[in-house]
Amino acid sequence: MAGKRHFDVRRQPGFAFVAMFSFFALYLPMALLVVYAFNAGDSLALWEGFSFRWFVSAWQNDTVQDATLRSVIIAVCAAVLATSAATMAALATTRTRPYRGQTFTYALINQPLMIPEIVTAVALLIVFSRIKVWTDYSGLGYLIAAHTAFCVPFAYLPIRARLESMDLSLEVAAADLYATPWKAFRYITLPLLRPGIIAGFMLAFVISLDDVVITEFVKSGGQDTLPTYMLGQLRRVVTPEINAIATVFLAFSVVIVTAFFLMTRKKT
Amino acid sequence: MNSLKTALAAAGALLVASAAHAEGELNIFNWGDYTNPELIKKFEAAYDVKVTVTDYDSNSTALAKVRAGGHGFDIVVPSANYVPIWIKEGLLLEARPDQMENFKNVDERWVGVAWDPGRHYTVPWQWGLTGIGVNTSVYKGDINTSAIFLDPPEELAGKINVAPERNDVMYAAIKYLGGEWCTDDKVLLKKVYDKLVAAKTKWLAMDYSVTEKLPSGDYSAVYYWNGAIMRSRLKNPDIAFGYPKEGFPFFMDSVAILKDAKNPENAKLFMNFIMDPENAALISDFAKYSNGIKGSGEFMDEALKTAPELNVPAEFEAAGAFIEPCSPEVMELYTRIWTDISK
Amino acid sequence: MQPHEVEQAAIRRGTMRRWLLSAPALVIIFLASFGPLFVMLAFSVLEKGDYGGVKPWTFSFDGWANVFFQHDIFTGELGFADAHLSIFWRSVRLSIITTALTLVLGFPTAYFIATRPRKTREIWVFLVTIPFWTNLLIRTFAMQEVIRNEGVINTVAMRLGMISEPIQIMYTDWAVLFGMTYVYLPLMVLPLYASMEKLDFRLVEAAYDLYANRFKVLRRIILPLTKPGIIAGSILVFIPSLGAYVTPRVLGGGKNMMLGNLIGLQFGKGNNWPLGAAISITLMVVVMVALLVYVRATARAGGDDRGR
Repeated sequence: MAGKRHFDVRRQPGFAFVAMFSFFALYLPMALLVVYAFNAGDSLALWEGFSFRWFVSAWQNDTVQDATLRSVIIAVCAAVLATSAATMAALATTRTRPYRGQTFTYALINQPLMIPEIVTAVALLIVFSRIKVWTDYSGLGYLIAAHTAFCVPFAYLPIRARLESMDLSLEVAAADLYATPWKAFRYITLPLLRPGIIAGFMLAFVISLDDVVITEFVKSGGQDTLPTYMLGQLRRVVTPEINAIATVFLAFSVVIVTAFFLMTRKKT
Repeated sequence: MNSLKTALAAAGALLVASAAHAEGELNIFNWGDYTNPELIKKFEAAYDVKVTVTDYDSNSTALAKVRAGGHGFDIVVPSANYVPIWIKEGLLLEARPDQMENFKNVDERWVGVAWDPGRHYTVPWQWGLTGIGVNTSVYKGDINTSAIFLDPPEELAGKINVAPERNDVMYAAIKYLGGEWCTDDKVLLKKVYDKLVAAKTKWLAMDYSVTEKLPSGDYSAVYYWNGAIMRSRLKNPDIAFGYPKEGFPFFMDSVAILKDAKNPENAKLFMNFIMDPENAALISDFAKYSNGIKGSGEFMDEALKTAPELNVPAEFEAAGAFIEPCSPEVMELYTRIWTDISK
Repeated sequence: MQPHEVEQAAIRRGTMRRWLLSAPALVIIFLASFGPLFVMLAFSVLEKGDYGGVKPWTFSFDGWANVFFQHDIFTGELGFADAHLSIFWRSVRLSIITTALTLVLGFPTAYFIATRPRKTREIWVFLVTIPFWTNLLIRTFAMQEVIRNEGVINTVAMRLGMISEPIQIMYTDWAVLFGMTYVYLPLMVLPLYASMEKLDFRLVEAAYDLYANRFKVLRRIILPLTKPGIIAGSILVFIPSLGAYVTPRVLGGGKNMMLGNLIGLQFGKGNNWPLGAAISITLMVVVMVALLVYVRATARAGGDDRGR
């Protein structure tokens, strides 16, 4: 169809250029970060020669490794829980005629966005401390719960946006063909919703990985995450060790993307 | 899918494991990046105790967390001006470190301290001061004065970084204008306010990244902690340290045991342990500030022993003082001034 | 009567199902985010503790009163709390500009991704999020290397002879703007992408058939169809910018506060929890009202006109 025309109907002038600029802007600081991970000196700004010393030092630093592992575990748990809850909530609150409590649901789901972290952090400190005293349980559960809560809106909004711009006709057709609601969901809605869910999950994951303030107030003994560990360094001395860790993270995510790419290729 | 399962299993294991509480543990709650891992390893080996260190980044966060309860910490390291608050709120155990074996090593200067007279609750961890760091290739005049950041010379204007610490800045400004700390004299405070508002237009930043940006030349002068300025000098020999003769604040962080500690005996062992000169030297080697233990100098890094930043010359000794906790009303006044100049 | 009741029951069942579906999200938010805020509400009407915290059972409305009115520090005269108001205004201004900047950059980026061949789209989505696998503090430090006086922008511009002296970007509002735009860009791109990905290009084609030009197509077809994404993205960028803490501190040099820093000060060294609680509740109410008005207005203005 489009081939009949002299131009691609999808093209908008300048958009590709802006997009390339965005990607350049996103990756320029990353490139510098990676470069300084190999700095021989202990500066993030003065280049003193090439060395692997910060990778070695990060590798030998148990505190950093524990904190990194803890961050990832919390982020994975929180993102999985938040995305599941958000997907259900998005299905419930879109594509319907207004029902009692819809606005309330919408407001409550977005509530974690609306208040600076420090406030939630102090409130959670007071409440969770009581629970810690009563139950004598002080594990990672509190952090996962807190992270899940503030990740929900980040997962919910893209999924909802996706649902709202989705075509209903396929689901109606499925229902007409006597598919059960579950089957219609599993084989029609879910695949269509996939980009929204992926976007939501990625957002939730990075938001959890990023959190400092709430974690700082909720964590119990021995529960430092990478961001709270860095917060301590911020006041004293930040070394390229941090860059080395970030570089490993980046390399790791590139591997995941490549694997993902190869996987989707095989399928089609 | 499999990797997800593994992650969940690992998470599950962690959830359970951290809830357990065995004998032979010690939970330390200290400033971030302040505890030498070697010190911890040495203590663990000597007493067969598993030590967990958790970070905080401000006195108020630490206080809020411990006050809320359910924290599980044994040891905390508050600053001098916060120790009386901790004691007053009944959060600290009267561990009587003054009766411990190694107490004889504590420098007399740090025994009769105002925040814990006779050291019934706390032992010294590290101490330092807030002073002036100047890049002497930019400015060659007198640097032993707060005028460097309160009435900046032409060469330094627009290149100054000041520690974003309400107390340290207010202290220097009040002293510079001839007042006393904790004053509620409105006339003087108005002068302090005007001075800070005028000076701030010549500041570049109020930031913590001094060890990075003072040597690199982004800043030409700083009002900051001495240990950080020493680190800067080691990277760039043009950096010199000045003691504000009008008055500068000392700080000391002290190790205390919490009243609701689950492992008070291990915590006492740790207290005694860090009063040993060799161990105290480990603390300083890592964080680059002085400790309060006699004889630790001979075990310390050479660079620290002779550093002009850490060894206060006799002529400036009297200009320094500890920041006492003022009454809540005065502190509120200072916070208002601080908010107002940062708007 | 009978059919009417049946219909009522069906609606009730439908509502019930929707509530059940949203239950997990609502429960977790209530337990770990919204519920604890009642503690804040209580704090805001208590007297402040001497060194942080509050005095239990001593009521006081000082916290609320001080949000807007304060006695002058030096004369004691009661007046507007202009420090709070100017910090509030500054935060709103910077957040609006940040949202606009992320939209200007993010819209074409999301469009670009959405118009890639199907197989590669998800790769591009990953590419947007990868920088964000490294945490906010590291990213902010990395941003510093770009904009500082000896940083990339100034070095390149000087090499090219565009400027003779480095431009001071660090520690200005520009630095905060650049930093926040950088940090929040994916929060704009992802929701936009999610709603664009399913864009029906037959509509675009039809518009060209009717001799619309590219700009008209963009304005009349693409923008309205991606409105849900624009709304979601703007919310995700605007609100966190309002409470931003790290970026103003590191890139802005900490000389001027934003709301996040002001509230942080009250709960930290300021030792005034009731005031901190009152400011944050005020902020939350303002944002929530603005959000509901915004969402309802945009929903009415054409969010629902897709063939239903």
